[in-house]
Amino acid sequence: MQQLISFTTDYTRYVLKGGTKFYAWMGSLAVLIVGMMYVFYLQNTDGLIVTGMTSQIHDGLYFANLVFLVGVAAGAVTIVFPAYVYHHEGMHKVTVLGEMLAITAVIMVMMFVFAHMGRPDRLWHMIPPWGIYSFSSMLGWDVMVLNGYLFLNIACGFYYLWAKYTGTKVNNKIFMPLVYISIVWALSIHTVTAFLISTMPSRPMWFHSMMPIRFITTAFAAGPSLIILAFLIVRKNTKFWIEDSAINLLSTIVTWCLGLAIFLTMSEIVVELYARTEHANGLYYLMFGLHGLTNLVPWFWSSVVLMVTSFVLFLIPSVRTNYKLLPILCVMAFTGIWIEKGMGLIVPGFIPSPIGEVTEYYPTFVEVLMTLGIWAFGFFILTILLKGAIGILQGDIKYRGQAVAAK
Amino acid sequence: MLSASALMGSAALMTMSDDAKAATEWAEHFQKNYRLMTDAEKAEARTRLERRYSSEYGKKVTVDTTGPQPGVLMGYALNVRKCIGCRRCVHACVEENNQSRGTRPGEKIEWIQVLRMERGEFSKDKMNQGYPEGLGIQVGGNAYTPAGQVLEGQYRYEPEAVPEKDATYMPIACMQCEKPPCVKVCPVRTTYREADGPVVIDYNWCIGCRMCMGACPYWARRINLTTPVLPKEEMNPVTHYLGNRPRMRGVVEKCHWCLQRTRQGRYPACVEVCPVGARKFGNLLDPESEVSLILARKNVFRLKAELNTFPKFFYFYD
Repeated sequence: MQQLISFTTDYTRYVLKGGTKFYAWMGSLAVLIVGMMYVFYLQNTDGLIVTGMTSQIHDGLYFANLVFLVGVAAGAVTIVFPAYVYHHEGMHKVTVLGEMLAITAVIMVMMFVFAHMGRPDRLWHMIPPWGIYSFSSMLGWDVMVLNGYLFLNIACGFYYLWAKYTGTKVNNKIFMPLVYISIVWALSIHTVTAFLISTMPSRPMWFHSMMPIRFITTAFAAGPSLIILAFLIVRKNTKFWIEDSAINLLSTIVTWCLGLAIFLTMSEIVVELYARTEHANGLYYLMFGLHGLTNLVPWFWSSVVLMVTSFVLFLIPSVRTNYKLLPILCVMAFTGIWIEKGMGLIVPGFIPSPIGEVTEYYPTFVEVLMTLGIWAFGFFILTILLKGAIGILQGDIKYRGQAVAAK
Repeated sequence: MLSASALMGSAALMTMSDDAKAATEWAEHFQKNYRLMTDAEKAEARTRLERRYSSEYGKKVTVDTTGPQPGVLMGYALNVRKCIGCRRCVHACVEENNQSRGTRPGEKIEWIQVLRMERGEFSKDKMNQGYPEGLGIQVGGNAYTPAGQVLEGQYRYEPEAVPEKDATYMPIACMQCEKPPCVKVCPVRTTYREADGPVVIDYNWCIGCRMCMGACPYWARRINLTTPVLPKEEMNPVTHYLGNRPRMRGVVEKCHWCLQRTRQGRYPACVEVCPVGARKFGNLLDPESEVSLILARKNVFRLKAELNTFPKFFYFYD
């Protein structure tokens, strides 16, 4: 018990201390978070009318980000898997950082759920014993697996940190099963999220069995891209050294998953446009526009350019291992997938509507601010979690006053 | 998540000044799913709603809780040959069922769409094109103001007189499926099929996740983007709990075959108003009902039958 109190106080004290750069970063994120709270208030007094969503296109920016971030959360497994299954040395050292990213991403997903709902004040209706849990609903399953994943990552991550902090040994009888479960669980969260939209025959653009694998490949490209960026920043700004071998393995994973993702997109285009039935209208709208309405066309093609260019560059070993160029590639891949899997997947699913109506979706300022605010909140907690984890891994925080002052 | 939503609920209630109203809303906030309520709880919920609506709309509002009657399975049949596209059903529906009727985009809700199909698609002079050209494009705006275009049928048409020479009409609304995809995807089971057929929604339990709207192949469902605009004098005070009682912000609604009427032995408003008798409603379990006779004798089809939703809304032609 006493250990727990000292862990909490040491951890909190460590993460709250920092230089000017740290406070400036956190402060600017806080500004966006305040903005997000204001628009959340607006949404829950005026209603969703302050967003660009309509009865025709009723899932927009929030749902797109939700889907994308589930992928980022699942992407953490690209660290955990090589570390514990292939016993990769470099990865093993940084597993906790991946788990911290997963925790952050799942929390962001939950915030987007709150933003998306018409009545967030009634979300307890989903949770027994107060509410009803529906086993037939994919959204019900999604909430369950996401909460489970959050729990698993908090358990694995903080148990490991706790052991480091107290200087005790990790009890592998408890720890390893949890790790293996979390690996499979990571796949489950993204599979269920894919099922969320691919089980609706009313939306032909989504109604295909390729969705889960496409989600997983894009997730394992976008997730590690973000992790590489985080690692490079950590390497530059802290004393914590992340080995080249870990980063190189991650960029290899990004390369092949990105390639697979492009391949799957290409297959979809061929299958849909060869026959060009009415069921291909959604994809056609995305690629070329439908009846003069072309809002998403530039988005789609920029995503194609970003993904293909970054894939070609990723293929070249000398570029991939050049840590000056690597962040640029990662940003390209990440942005390309964010577009393709977010707005580029969700919005055209509603165009045309089941009765053939073509309308367009214009995100409002409220939606943009909310989205930015939730991302800011994500970076806020990610900074705290990574800082705390690195502090413990480095031995800056240790039980019984052996703590060294933070950098 | 739970504590956060509870907090939000209490925060929303704190801001309310009227104590009696606050108490009602508080109790409403924590009531159970309608299907799980005991008869006593249903009566309580009903009294609570009647009190709130009566004070809100300044007239005596009744909230019916009549359940499904044994031996009844509601069915609907529509004669596509007879429909003249006057859209009286659309307007009668809005008046009967207390839909939002504001002017801002997203504030206007209609449950029935009458799709106007161009007859000219198959005319002689277009035959050599092999496949139809694009139809006229509607531009600008947002939902319920012309926002895009409907590929096959326009439902926002303003004709000088109906029927128009070069058009046919295809009215659609909720099909009250026997295997409703919307019910399957609901994470809180707030929407369900009643024993006498219609698919209904407990508006007080709906979380507004809109999964049902995505799953519906007939685009029958609408989200209340804001508090519905329902002028006091236009409000229909004869309501049903699962039917036309005024909805709140952020919940989904749809056609329920006028439960407030049909459970009392009356026809739905759209059937009653149709000037050409294209709309027929009745009990599918009664072999002598008009609907049963139509199913037995006419050429009948269901919309999007390939999706196995098994609508109880049939189309027929003479």
